[in-house]
Amino acid sequence: MKLKKGIPLIDQHDKHGFWGGKFGGSYIPETLKKPIEDLTNEFQKLRKNKKFLKKKDFYFKNYVGSPTNFIKLENLSNYLDGAQIWAKVVSEANGGAHKIYNATVHALICKAMGKKYIIGDTGAGYAGKMLSMAAKKFGLRCKIFMGAKDIKRQKPNCDAMRRNGAEIVPVYSGSQTLVDAVSECMRYWVSNCDNTHMCVGSTVGPNIFVKICGWSTAQISKELKAQLKEKFKKIPKKLKLINCVGGGSSAYGFWSEFIDFNKKHIELIGVEAGGPKKSLLHAAPLSRNAKIGILHGAASYVCQNSEGQIHETESISAGLDYPGVSPIHCFLKDTKRARYTYATDEEALNAYQLVTRFEKLNPSLEPSHAFAEAIKIAPKLSKDTIIIVNSCGDAKKDRDILKERLVRN
Amino acid sequence: MKNSLINQSFENAKKENRPALLTFTVAGDNTKKKSLEILKSISDYADICEVGFPHNTPIADGGQIQTSAYRAIKNGIKINDVFSIVRNFKRSKKDKPVILMGYYNMVYQYNENKFISQCKKSKVDGLIIVDLPYPENKIFAAKCKKNNINFIQLISPTTSKLRLKKIINDSHDMIYYISMLSTTGGKLKVSAKEIITQYQIIKNHNKSKNVVIGFGITEKTIKSLKKADGLVVGSAICKEITRSIKKRQNTVTNVINLVKRLKNKIK
Repeated sequence: MKLKKGIPLIDQHDKHGFWGGKFGGSYIPETLKKPIEDLTNEFQKLRKNKKFLKKKDFYFKNYVGSPTNFIKLENLSNYLDGAQIWAKVVSEANGGAHKIYNATVHALICKAMGKKYIIGDTGAGYAGKMLSMAAKKFGLRCKIFMGAKDIKRQKPNCDAMRRNGAEIVPVYSGSQTLVDAVSECMRYWVSNCDNTHMCVGSTVGPNIFVKICGWSTAQISKELKAQLKEKFKKIPKKLKLINCVGGGSSAYGFWSEFIDFNKKHIELIGVEAGGPKKSLLHAAPLSRNAKIGILHGAASYVCQNSEGQIHETESISAGLDYPGVSPIHCFLKDTKRARYTYATDEEALNAYQLVTRFEKLNPSLEPSHAFAEAIKIAPKLSKDTIIIVNSCGDAKKDRDILKERLVRN
Repeated sequence: MKNSLINQSFENAKKENRPALLTFTVAGDNTKKKSLEILKSISDYADICEVGFPHNTPIADGGQIQTSAYRAIKNGIKINDVFSIVRNFKRSKKDKPVILMGYYNMVYQYNENKFISQCKKSKVDGLIIVDLPYPENKIFAAKCKKNNINFIQLISPTTSKLRLKKIINDSHDMIYYISMLSTTGGKLKVSAKEIITQYQIIKNHNKSKNVVIGFGITEKTIKSLKKADGLVVGSAICKEITRSIKKRQNTVTNVINLVKRLKNKIK
């Protein structure tokens, strides 16, 4: 298994849609074969279409608000007294998280395909919120599938979805979190694929959805590459890019331009959700050695039992609370290009407190997992090491959880 | 697979001038013992018994089958239990074909070859793997054929003409036509006439293949599709099991009565 250079990772799959010969693919019911084939053909065409690309760039700039800032966390760096800590403040994007890139692109594709309805899944509510925003912007009717447990814990984002005119469909099956929301969304698509476009909220699902999402979020690393050259004149010699990983859309977007670099030069570190310290449950299939399985149309490392039943997961962060992970991250893991670890709920909360104490930054619980790793390793590293954390979401949505957990502690 | 039990049961139904009745129940719903009992008793009326592997992330199943699956998993059903249910069933009903139905992750975790050899040992006649479509299923389907197990291809209203042809060419004794764009257990939203037209297109490609229609088939709708080689009823049965449990009635008796009523409608 080997990575190729000079080709975007999203395109390094074989003709059956597998990365590294075993991750990804399209394990789908017959009914979805045709809509997925149509979508694949359409996307192939659109990504080469100059008019479409111009449109995408226009909306990324004027609607999403690209580029987002790249800043040094001066106080936090001084406090940790080791590597310099920087942040790519992707949470500045319209709506407060990186999910807007994928949502905007899907809305544009939906329009191009002449469909009037768009559906999507959501965990933390950001993918849902952004899709509802994009749907409103482009005049599409929108339905969002969300686990009942997540609806309760991410209320601010649900309010936003409703304000944007989207219908939230609560999902009561299973663990009532993201995994069930994705299943229910796919079921709805099976029944309505003739007039409805489906957006998968992360770099997961059948091959084409991994590609579209990765292609969209790649904007983050394109911006970062330019910003690095601007701030440092060239790409720094010792660089570490730290990102949280749930499905893995922000991590892929943050890394895509840097995958070709040597890992000693640019280290890629993915941080999964370790769950509560004392719990056996987690959402960390990569760093806690889950086996390969098939979930939501793709093969990836999946938290499951020996019978192939998908395990319940647990995390304080709804956006990372997912038993599977993107096939491209599995590929990056097995080729050893990226290193994956996890942070517990408690570590993420501590990181959140430390970052907000020192900086004017309000990272949501998802990137707080990434900050936890940065805080852990920075003191041991030299001052010329540059750590960049993708602060990919804003903590407004976590208001209630933070209030509860931080008072209790 | 000329002399397969599956082919024979279609021939038998044809002799009686009616479509074959295929029932679907979830193994282990609501207990291992109960589901075997249900299976044995409905097989007096059903021509082919489909038995589902319960999975907790079933992306193509509607509420009724999900409920049955969750119930079975909660009661501790394992893959090996499913095989033992079939083995047990076949001991007393050796001429009744059994088709196992499930999602690919279960086969994958169990190991493809081990899975097929277990199927063979348990005298399974056919397999439906919902999320392993053509052409991805080619190798697996060939392995099944080699072991005298029918791999059953699915065709849906969205299947293109070219694909249709290829799938039929690659199919074994039976083809499953999904009546409409839906998960299992949806309300039939397409007219019987339209479904039969689509069905006929498949039949015209190759008359020797047995084509069954499934999804949305209930007591109300079954009669209108009588023309098909076979009709599959699944969610309606699962629903009856759920209803019986809720009302604390005898699930076995209620399910037999339902299957009898279904059979009477297509006689």
